[in-house]
Amino acid sequence: MSKSQKKRLGRRALLLGGVQLGVTGLLGWRMHQLGVVQGDQFRLLAEENRINIRLDPPARGLIYDRNGNTVAQNRQAYTIEMVREQANDPEAVLRRLAQLIPLSEDQILDALAEMERRQAFVPVTVTTGLEWEHIAAVSANAPSLPGVTPRLGLYRNYPVGSDFAHIVGYVGPVSDYDLSQREDKDPLLLIPRFQIGKNGIESKADKTLRGKAGLKRIEVNSVGRVMRELKGEASTTGGDLQLTIEPEVQRYALERMEGVSAATVVLDVNNGDVMAMASAPTFDPNKFVDGISSTDWNELLNNEYRPLANKAVQGLYSPASTFKMVVALTALGLGVVNDREEVNCPGYKIINGRRFHCWRRGGHGNVNMREALRYSCDVYFYEMALRVGIDEISKTGRQFSLGIKPDLPLPAIRKGLMPTKAWKLAKRKQQWFDGDTANAGIGQGDVLTSPLQLATMTARLATGLQIEPRLLNMFDNKLSPVKEARSMGLNPQFLSLVQAGMYDVSNHPRGTAYSSRLQTDDKIAGKTGTSQVRAITKAERDSGVIKNKDLPWNRRDHALFVAYAPFDNPRYAISVIVEHGGGGSTVAAPIARDIMTKALSLGQSNYGPLPNQKRSQSQTPKRTRT
Amino acid sequence: MSVLMRSRKNVPTGFRKILYFHWPLALLLTAVSSAGFLMLFSVSGGIFSQWAEPQMMRFGIGFIAMILIGFTPISVWRNLSVPAYVFGLALLIFVEYFGASSKGAQRWIDLGFMKLQPSELMKISLVMVIALYYDWLDEERVSKLLWLMPPLLLTALPMALVLAQPDLGTAILLAGGSGVVMLLAGVSLWYFGGALASIGALVWAVIWSKGTEFQLLKDYQYRRIETYLDPSSDPLGSGYNITQSKIALGSGGYSGRGFMEGTQSRLNFLPEKQTDFIFTTLAEEFGFVGGITLLILYVLIVVCCFVSAVQNPNRYASLLTLGVAATFFFYFSVNMLMVMGLAPVVGVPLPLVSYGGSAMLVLLGAFGLVQSAHIHRPR
Repeated sequence: MSKSQKKRLGRRALLLGGVQLGVTGLLGWRMHQLGVVQGDQFRLLAEENRINIRLDPPARGLIYDRNGNTVAQNRQAYTIEMVREQANDPEAVLRRLAQLIPLSEDQILDALAEMERRQAFVPVTVTTGLEWEHIAAVSANAPSLPGVTPRLGLYRNYPVGSDFAHIVGYVGPVSDYDLSQREDKDPLLLIPRFQIGKNGIESKADKTLRGKAGLKRIEVNSVGRVMRELKGEASTTGGDLQLTIEPEVQRYALERMEGVSAATVVLDVNNGDVMAMASAPTFDPNKFVDGISSTDWNELLNNEYRPLANKAVQGLYSPASTFKMVVALTALGLGVVNDREEVNCPGYKIINGRRFHCWRRGGHGNVNMREALRYSCDVYFYEMALRVGIDEISKTGRQFSLGIKPDLPLPAIRKGLMPTKAWKLAKRKQQWFDGDTANAGIGQGDVLTSPLQLATMTARLATGLQIEPRLLNMFDNKLSPVKEARSMGLNPQFLSLVQAGMYDVSNHPRGTAYSSRLQTDDKIAGKTGTSQVRAITKAERDSGVIKNKDLPWNRRDHALFVAYAPFDNPRYAISVIVEHGGGGSTVAAPIARDIMTKALSLGQSNYGPLPNQKRSQSQTPKRTRT
Repeated sequence: MSVLMRSRKNVPTGFRKILYFHWPLALLLTAVSSAGFLMLFSVSGGIFSQWAEPQMMRFGIGFIAMILIGFTPISVWRNLSVPAYVFGLALLIFVEYFGASSKGAQRWIDLGFMKLQPSELMKISLVMVIALYYDWLDEERVSKLLWLMPPLLLTALPMALVLAQPDLGTAILLAGGSGVVMLLAGVSLWYFGGALASIGALVWAVIWSKGTEFQLLKDYQYRRIETYLDPSSDPLGSGYNITQSKIALGSGGYSGRGFMEGTQSRLNFLPEKQTDFIFTTLAEEFGFVGGITLLILYVLIVVCCFVSAVQNPNRYASLLTLGVAATFFFYFSVNMLMVMGLAPVVGVPLPLVSYGGSAMLVLLGAFGLVQSAHIHRPR
């Protein structure tokens, strides 16, 4: 290499080195810019990249009965989940699984469809509510069940099963229909198969029971696969409820009504506590928790005794003779009759040329008010109803809670009907006739009430106080105060007269429910009712009214009975209705007497202590690998 | 003649060569490669056998090769320049027809035990042959237009073959390597000015031709250019790589998250995390400090070569050493510019750190040439 070449090479090397130094400087500057100057911003972006927020479902609030027993709880049970990408042939795996655990064809198809919808690595719930034995079987066969994972979770469970089915209701997996029906924007509802209240208090108090979702911070990779769990925000367990229901009375009531389609409500007349609210037949709410099978569903739906309906608040019946106290008090209050005035009952009354019959063909002769109640004389009350008119009767009826929607946390509560002239004109475009008034006077025709309303009416008759039914003693972990009942402002003499009439019904040898008097020292005061569900034609009446037992079930009369006891110092009011049961005195009154006896036998109706709040707090379901 | 005689006398022979070996350079190369092993171990999530182990074995083979090449007299390598170039060219033609394809580019020959990328080999062969040419060429002819043609042709041939693969990154590195040797040989700076102007015009033509039937680049190459110009325009599409790369880099901050604590590469947010984008993981885990340290190690390697070359009176050895150093510089600067969002994503690995056998072996072989030049320099 010549001198000049060497010199030039040195110069050029210097030039090149200079340029390279410049590039190196640029690289260093850029590193500083990205890492130090804008580092915080990029760190934030990196966190956003990797952290995914997931909901942590809360444990649902518990429901207790009056004694502090749990009637709706969360039980730990196993779920089978399946990951499509781990199971080579999902269908074959599911078929093998079905030989080990109870798994229906529907469940298999549902699981396959859901796996198809979701990404391959997302676990899909195949079935829930499994016992340990099933999991043991699955674990033992794990090698032949790739992708199948048992997971421990919390599931709703109703330990007393059917006893509280109509009150507590049940939960079930949230459906698209549910979502379309509510404004609720709670993100929990978007969790597949999240359990929400579907019926009863579970449905009405769903928001309180549900609790608040926690947040799980999950580290994910670029395709969303979970890598690990980071610290998150714990979920808030749902609020607890305590019912006013006395479980023994409730259970006894259902037992006593077994085999018939009936409903009963027992109220504490001093504070309105619902001691029992039973609708027979009942059903097992546990069947609904994981989605009821179509067989079970159809069975419930096709049963003509309507087991799913809570007849105590959803059933509407003509109160029949149990309505007569309302008519009596209306007449007394308006001064159109006094306690001594007698009305002659020849067995019928002719109103505008039409014959209105008394239930007793031969009539009752001359009866005053107390006797009319005792014998349940229809003619007397036709007369009273005509004297006061329908609007006044309905006004008094509403004072006794009839025709007014009860304020209880239950779904589909019906308010019944207290007809008025204006109502008939608006609804039927017809004038109100005296015949209508006469029918209403004996609780037939347009008058419609629910068993709960009748029990409330009876409680008010027993006390003269504006008793309101109360179903929850504790709501959202807070005790609900008992509202001081206001006086109804009734004349005590009139009320005593009506009460005396009710006393006679059960305790006078000729009273309609004498045979159903209490067998203890306590006295019961009641009123029978037999509600016709069909019109009796003149021809039939001439040839002799067909006996109930000769009629098909659904054409028979409803049997009703309302009562309170003890007469001197009332504690409980009860209403019983047996659908198509026949006569109030023969069918409903004995049931009411037995339930009342049971309630009175329990002594003081104080609230039991709640179990220690120590329970499965918002546990994160743990994963167990097979 | 006398110069040659004297130099012969002072050149070490036999095992004495080991005393003249450029040990600082060897140490720096080992340091950078070790950083690579660490990063490959981290990126694989602690699975030693996935990337780190094969990479270490290749480094071992490459290091031995470097020593053997270094002990061979530089005159032997000078004489082998032309055969090496012809061999490289033949391999490039061979892969064009028989090579294995990956991501739409034909790049390697599967030798069974490793995948050979002829384009990597070509980077060094080209520098060798250009250095030989200017060693041979008379001083007065260096800047003559006619005598400029052979090196340009020698460069254009492999470039065309590499572009056909298509591999823009390697093509740029080839042009850069031979251009640097020409610059050092003393080709008039006017030519380089002219060349830069022509490249500017070419770039303009490339952009202008987009969408016409004369379109000069593939669609994906256009997308890469667009991404470079505005990475945020399509953050989840073609801009994804560079956006994620910058996020990972920047999230390291001053001192990084710590070894094995990087989140972005482990969670697969980063593309080609073990190859072209490995620097982002290093910057995420060791931060600005780690990045600058690696950069300093690279620069020191280049400085070693420069010092050695300037001291070497042998023109071929000098040009070759600087050519290798410049190619090495191109490697890491283009890669770093790319992952830091200052250059389009062209697919250039981070030398000695990125996972890849061919680049590792060829680079260590090239530094073997540098060692040979250093050991056998006339004293």
